[in-house]
Amino acid sequence: MEVMYMVRSGRYTRLNVYLLILSVLQLNLHTVEGVWPLPQAFTSSTERYPLNPQAFYFGYGRQSAAQQGCSVLDSAFRRYFSLIFPDYTDVGVDALSNLLPVCVLDNLSVSAGQASLKAETVWGALRGLETFSQLVYQNDFGSYFINKTEIEDFPRFQFRGILLDTSRHYLPVQAILKTLDAMAYSKFNVFHWHIVDDPSFPYQSSSFPDLSSKGAFHPMTHIYTQSDVRRVISHARLWGIRVLPEFDSPGHTTSWGKGQPGLLTPCYNGGTPSGTFGPVNPALPSTYQFMARLFKEVSSVFPDSYIHLGGDEVDFSCWKSNPDVRAFMQKMGFGSDFTKLEAFYMENIVNITSALNKTSIVWQDVFDYHERIPKDTVLHIWKGIPAKYQEELSRITKAGMRVLLAAPWYINHISYGQDWRNYYTVQPQNFSGTEEQKKLVIGGEVCMWGEYVDATNLSPRLWPRASAAAERLWSDEKQTSNVDKAFPRLQDFRCKLLRRGIQAEPLYVGHCKHEYQGV
Amino acid sequence: MSTTLKFTALLLALSLCRGLRHDYIDNYIDNYIDEVTEEEAELVAQPSKYGSLWPLPQKVQLSEVSFKLTSSSFRIVDAKDSTAGPSCSLLQDHNNNILPSFNNPDVAHAMFVSTDELSVNQPYAVLKAPKVWGALHGLETFSQLVYEDEYGAKSINSTTISDFPRFAHRGILLDSSRHFLPIKVILANLETMAMNKINVFHWHIVDDQSFPYLSRTFPQLSQQGAYHPYTHVYTPADVKMVIEFARLRGIRVIPEFDTPGHTQSWGKGQPDLLTPCYSGSKPSGTFGPVNPILNTTYDFMSQFFKEISAVFPDAYVHLGGDEVDFTCWKSNPDIQKFMDQQGFGQDYSKLESFYIQKLLDIVTTTEKGYTIWQEVFDNGVKLKPDTLIHVWKGNQQQYQNEMANVTSSGYRTLLSTPWYLNRISYGQDWQGHYKADPQDFKGTEAQKKLVIGGEACLWGEYVDATNLTPRLWPRASAVAERLWSAKDVTDINDAFSRLSVHRCRMVDRGIPAEPLFSSYCPHEYKGI
Repeated sequence: MEVMYMVRSGRYTRLNVYLLILSVLQLNLHTVEGVWPLPQAFTSSTERYPLNPQAFYFGYGRQSAAQQGCSVLDSAFRRYFSLIFPDYTDVGVDALSNLLPVCVLDNLSVSAGQASLKAETVWGALRGLETFSQLVYQNDFGSYFINKTEIEDFPRFQFRGILLDTSRHYLPVQAILKTLDAMAYSKFNVFHWHIVDDPSFPYQSSSFPDLSSKGAFHPMTHIYTQSDVRRVISHARLWGIRVLPEFDSPGHTTSWGKGQPGLLTPCYNGGTPSGTFGPVNPALPSTYQFMARLFKEVSSVFPDSYIHLGGDEVDFSCWKSNPDVRAFMQKMGFGSDFTKLEAFYMENIVNITSALNKTSIVWQDVFDYHERIPKDTVLHIWKGIPAKYQEELSRITKAGMRVLLAAPWYINHISYGQDWRNYYTVQPQNFSGTEEQKKLVIGGEVCMWGEYVDATNLSPRLWPRASAAAERLWSDEKQTSNVDKAFPRLQDFRCKLLRRGIQAEPLYVGHCKHEYQGV
Repeated sequence: MSTTLKFTALLLALSLCRGLRHDYIDNYIDNYIDEVTEEEAELVAQPSKYGSLWPLPQKVQLSEVSFKLTSSSFRIVDAKDSTAGPSCSLLQDHNNNILPSFNNPDVAHAMFVSTDELSVNQPYAVLKAPKVWGALHGLETFSQLVYEDEYGAKSINSTTISDFPRFAHRGILLDSSRHFLPIKVILANLETMAMNKINVFHWHIVDDQSFPYLSRTFPQLSQQGAYHPYTHVYTPADVKMVIEFARLRGIRVIPEFDTPGHTQSWGKGQPDLLTPCYSGSKPSGTFGPVNPILNTTYDFMSQFFKEISAVFPDAYVHLGGDEVDFTCWKSNPDIQKFMDQQGFGQDYSKLESFYIQKLLDIVTTTEKGYTIWQEVFDNGVKLKPDTLIHVWKGNQQQYQNEMANVTSSGYRTLLSTPWYLNRISYGQDWQGHYKADPQDFKGTEAQKKLVIGGEACLWGEYVDATNLTPRLWPRASAVAERLWSAKDVTDINDAFSRLSVHRCRMVDRGIPAEPLFSSYCPHEYKGI
């Protein structure tokens, strides 16, 4: 028996992966639990082929635009070899190229003697490899099998993200990398790194090192160095995941003030400064000089073409108390409408990042105050329970803006029982609006805010609950509308995650063949 | 200036360690200490004056005077007049046959860290306890007094502590049936229980879903009833390891073999044990609770509990008795006939009582005391006076009424209702757990004394090795303080401050205890 897996790849050319399985046909007694998230078109038969790890290899198709030396696929082959054959020891990843994950389309077919995978980009090939790895199963004696299968697949939404919050609790780099691995298993493709916020500033800036040396929980042990950030980005890239950094301002910036005196607005108590600080001071030119330098650095450190600028939950009370801010309001003719001041600030920040050739993503609050943000800005919907967020989707897309849905996927909000069902049954495009409006929904994001989450509980709280959202964002909604039908497949997927060392919690009573062996 | 500090632990635990009463066990801990005057780094915004002590001892006097500890010179030794001596296996971490005691005075202890007037130049600490179990708790307390500066240097302040638990039974229930829990997870949590002065591991070892206990007498029970007959079972050696690991930490292991309900998994390996349910006049192929009308049932239970009483050395066994569904019994014509013969009419709780009484008689012959869930009491089953009634149902009003009823009938009781830690919600729910008090119910002082403690329950529907530890800790720590510390220890802000540092200590000791709120630990969890 000989097995070969072939790939053809190119940035915009077709890419093929072949897997050759030369073997005697056997009747399959194993019920294939299937693939998570569910592919768009999937047919499998009971014909199964044994796989022999010693004879199995991946290869590039002869006509493939990608060949040996394509670092993304070369390293993916090594990773997936160990994922497919978990009894073999793990192989590490290395290598880098300058491509960033952008889009996917893949087609996978497994038949007697060979499997082939065709994709338009390497990123599509990565998703296809994930699918392929999920098709392989072991019998009671540890032998590997795969069934005859035809798959055609592509994601329903381009943006399938997970937000991690490293400000409320510091997450060691190892915890982030592990999360990136698990994200790839669920075909997530964006890591939204909410890297700083009020409680701490762990990003070590090369332009402004005081931000982390004074604003981090600890200046040495609770920071992300430039090399940590590079490590996260390159690890993510090899998994086909974009890293979207968020530097939220003007609110949520308490920790910034510690290392950058004069940045935050001094709050006043009557006629004297109270000693406390509010949002970023929008009345000073120095603020914008600082932001321009910071975002210049951030833009070069994070290669993704998008950047998240925050803009949520700005408390006006401190601005109101400050006589200099009030004077600035008068000068600008804002009257006493502080939303205009916020809009002024955000417009300046968006202009800074636009000049750096970055597209901005902002929390929905910014839309409420502002008409003059660039048309390509993405609004991130986070407010409100069902009826409310559907209204927001409708309202913002009506204005022609692209949106990203997070409101129903605040996964840090835990409750007793199978809450994954709620995440699964979200309908991101079910709001009143035209077809054109529906197309403006570019995807969604699972948010794991950090008030109650750190490295001790992140993984079991995230997985497999986030996987429920992953299927909603990837798969066809009609084929995946039945949550009870999804249950056994998700249970099976959760055991696969365990087998891969991801600390995914149980959905309900039951067991996995290989239980989690940690504490 | 460097001076020598002699740390002395003085223990009164002879009856256990040497079989003699009213002698003394002394431990000395020698070390060198530098007197330091500078303040240590604070971990929380408003640190507690009690530092990171958790649960809070009954009496604490802390002073500003601090001493440096160096590991090279730090020693723990028995005092000359101690009855324990170097041969006391518990304090030396060896094997012997003594079991954790049940009485509060046995775990009382006192501690004294100071430069004594008798040895001004030799700082030492003294720990006195009537039993080794108290000495164990005292050692935990001592370890909590030691703190570290930014450079890792360890110090301890001059301190006087006198301590004893408010309740004798401070338990945690883990459920290894809904999900199998690998031994490693159980051991890690026993370790954490000791850090929180929890002294009972209630092992809800089997239930409907699976039967992982490998019985020597009835190996088919796990062979057929476990999730997997080899990888998802507790062998006799596993059970022994758990019990011994617990004992060395002063923790009792109380197994629960819940009947007659919650027994679906028993039926797989023990045919005819369960009641065949009928659909109309024919058996439906499904099974209900244990069949209470067959002699074979009681023969089985006699043999089975004989084994259990030998395997689990604790004086108590938990017999369950909760949530018995009568529909299957009702459907079965043989049961109906038996009901008529016994004159039970249509009152199936009488049948349940019939079963439980026979079971209690069986267990009595094994010379074990028993704990049962509250329904058994509610249904009026005849109980031995030393039976422990485990209250788990209802809202606050209901469980308080139940506690009043149980104690006014003269039974001792154990509370779990407010501490179902498997029920999670968003935010700081530990505060709710912290505020519940097992003696808050209408009753006399004598009734209050019948409350022997409580248990935090972590039922297993949604819990396995992946999420058990962060879900349990530090939430169970809140319960631990309620059950150990004085009734008036209720300052939630002070508790928050101490518990935050206590949770970081657990993390530092390798336990993934989850955070209380936005914050950090000097040493974050590394076990990813």
